[in-house]
Amino acid sequence: MVEETRIPVADGVGRGLSKLMTPKLHNSKNGLITTASSIAAVLLALVISGIMLKLTGKDPIAAYRKMIETGFQSDKMLEALQRATPLMLSAVAVAIGFKMNLFNIGVEGQYLFAALIAAVVGAAVSLPAPLHVAFILVVAMAAGAFWAGIAAVLKVKRGVNEVIATIMLNYVALSVIQWLFDSFFRDSSKSDLNVKTKILPRSAWMPDLASGRLSSMFIVALVMVFAYWIVVFKSRFGFRLRASGLNSVAARTAGISSNRMIFTALIISGAVAGLVAMPSVLGDIHAYGQGVPDGLGFAGIAVALLGRNHPVGIIAAAMLYGFLDATAGVLQIQHVPSSIIDVIKAIIVLTVVIVNEAVTRWMNRRTAARTSMALQAATPVGALA
Amino acid sequence: MSTTELSAETTTATKPNLLAIINSRHGLRLITAGTLLLVLLSITRLITGADDLTSSGTMGTTLRLTVPILLAGLAGLWSERVGIVNIGIEGMMIFGTWFGAYGAWQFGPWVGLLMGVGGGAIGGLIHAVATVRFNVDHVISGVALNLLAAGGMRYMSELVFVGKKGGGISQSPPRKSAIPTFDVPFLAGGKLFGWKSPDMLGSIEDKHWFVISDLAGILRGFAFGMSWATLLALCLVPLTAWVLWRTRFGLRLRSSGEAPFAAESLGVKVTRVRYLGVIISGSFAGLGGAYLSVVSFSAYRQGQTAGRGYIGLATMIFGNWRPSGVLGGAMLFGFSDALKLRRDDSIPALFLFISFIAALVMVLSIYRKRLIPGVLAGAFGVLFLVTYLTVNKVPSSLTQATPYLVTLLVLATASQHLRPPAYAGRPYRPGESH
Repeated sequence: MVEETRIPVADGVGRGLSKLMTPKLHNSKNGLITTASSIAAVLLALVISGIMLKLTGKDPIAAYRKMIETGFQSDKMLEALQRATPLMLSAVAVAIGFKMNLFNIGVEGQYLFAALIAAVVGAAVSLPAPLHVAFILVVAMAAGAFWAGIAAVLKVKRGVNEVIATIMLNYVALSVIQWLFDSFFRDSSKSDLNVKTKILPRSAWMPDLASGRLSSMFIVALVMVFAYWIVVFKSRFGFRLRASGLNSVAARTAGISSNRMIFTALIISGAVAGLVAMPSVLGDIHAYGQGVPDGLGFAGIAVALLGRNHPVGIIAAAMLYGFLDATAGVLQIQHVPSSIIDVIKAIIVLTVVIVNEAVTRWMNRRTAARTSMALQAATPVGALA
Repeated sequence: MSTTELSAETTTATKPNLLAIINSRHGLRLITAGTLLLVLLSITRLITGADDLTSSGTMGTTLRLTVPILLAGLAGLWSERVGIVNIGIEGMMIFGTWFGAYGAWQFGPWVGLLMGVGGGAIGGLIHAVATVRFNVDHVISGVALNLLAAGGMRYMSELVFVGKKGGGISQSPPRKSAIPTFDVPFLAGGKLFGWKSPDMLGSIEDKHWFVISDLAGILRGFAFGMSWATLLALCLVPLTAWVLWRTRFGLRLRSSGEAPFAAESLGVKVTRVRYLGVIISGSFAGLGGAYLSVVSFSAYRQGQTAGRGYIGLATMIFGNWRPSGVLGGAMLFGFSDALKLRRDDSIPALFLFISFIAALVMVLSIYRKRLIPGVLAGAFGVLFLVTYLTVNKVPSSLTQATPYLVTLLVLATASQHLRPPAYAGRPYRPGESH
């Protein structure tokens, strides 16, 4: 979203020049600089957070040392990957919307709704193990797509802004889930205080990659990120999607219906969102109920933005967030409130975008300066292109 | 709902005097629509016996629930009018709740509100530095601000509130005192130099007459048990409209949101104006947050804003980036929220009311020879009528969704001609257009 909205500044100097000045992310040199500046930005964020810790009377060096010491132990590393799994899925869901210039704030409602439906439908059928898991994943995607589809229909048919529609549908989803759960799906067979839906049969349990540490949903999440890359960046459909998102009027002249693109993008986004809670539903709780985490939809927005809607960026950002979350508990032992982790995460988002912005601007200026020097040396414009 | 005062108030915001409103077709249409809605509401009340539909109590609750959303919506308005998209209102409100509660606990409620405004303004400043100075994507900055506020205030609570009487990780100690309320003399039985004046509107309301009692009830909601903070917040609507559309400063603000390069060429200091707009936006959001923790409740609680920043953003879009529209959207929201809070049995009455409106739309559409929308509206009306006749009680988990569903319903059925500020959300660097 960031890099595309920037409009090449030069006009009237010639096409070659504007091409030179347009930042290209897939250019390997630029990619390297982006990576370097992102790492620098994360360090800067740690410095700023350190100052905040210092100001509030805590020892930042000790806290960071503890985080690194424990964070790079194998079980904490696995926990980080486990925590990164739903974030990747949620971020992909959000990023698909962003690529079509749609802001799907409704991932939250979509994945919670999908989690309930998938858990209930999954418990009602019996299938052999791999099929059962696959079936539940498909049901979850369908349920997520359905909930996003309401916003899609409202947007395409009635012109309702998708930001409002998805925000409102988040709250409606919470009510509907509560109602469905209370009146139909609560498992009353056990007088357990821990209320959940009927437990899924064994055949529907997602196997762990590392027992109790990492669910194989991690693989599914990686596959989804890969699929996102293929579909959005490499396929004809993805080209249409991005074209329509960048300039719907221009795309329409080329015969791409923006309404159809809006609809499809929201449906796919919702389908991916449907998977967000699957690591807990299939791998941990084996039902819907207490313990299905909330807030992942909003976290996904931050991860997608931090990763610049780019597949590699999303994976990196999700892992960074997972790592920070995994180390939060250690801080509490050090008498540092673990909520500083949330502060660090937020500051990282800010510093990464600010530093990247500053670096691109600096590079553009440098390119412009070099080009103008070349032009002054009376090089023909054509030679630049 | 309170459409009559609403129309009066909204139009005074844009039109200079009452005569002009009645003369203008737009104003006339608003008044007609308001009267029609009031009559329908009154009929619904008589049929269903749900007296709470237009009682002064409901209106009072409506106002209290409206104010935070209204302020969030105005916050969005101030920011987007200067061209900066503000997803961070929620975060600025969180700053407002925390600092408001801190001030109210240490120094008293008014200082609390002021500190809430300050806290929100700091949030606005951060957003402005990121978006105006560094030209960062507005949505990213806003999302980051929401995270920062939620985490930062929890961190501060652990440091400041833990161990204090009534305080803890997720809540602050209670405020010193509440902001006083007042009753208007004669209209709502307020005291005048120690003498209790008659409660005119109240006595009319109690008669449950057709239309007249409804009007009295709605008006009394504004006159009885009104908090000075609520009054202050309501005054900010015409003030915003006046500043943005009637002053030179407002023109500069709006021009930086519509055409910053043109504004720049005419000598407007776009960067400075944008800084101001976003900081004012933060202050509004902060006041909204502080209203929650100082007026609506007596202390800060974690998660107190409960997404009101996002809902405010929705009312801003709903209200077509205009103060009167924001007020309308926020009140619609507050009204359905209040109904759900006060009496669950008012909700089925709402079904009947919606079917009446659908019938009205059907008649209008057929009168204008637009058959298909007319038939659709008719079918919709029948659907809601059947729902009203068959459903006696809506489960409480579902009534929670009323305000959100009503908002969606209004948006889906009303024809929309939304026009956001032309340059909102687009990257701008001073002096780049040669």
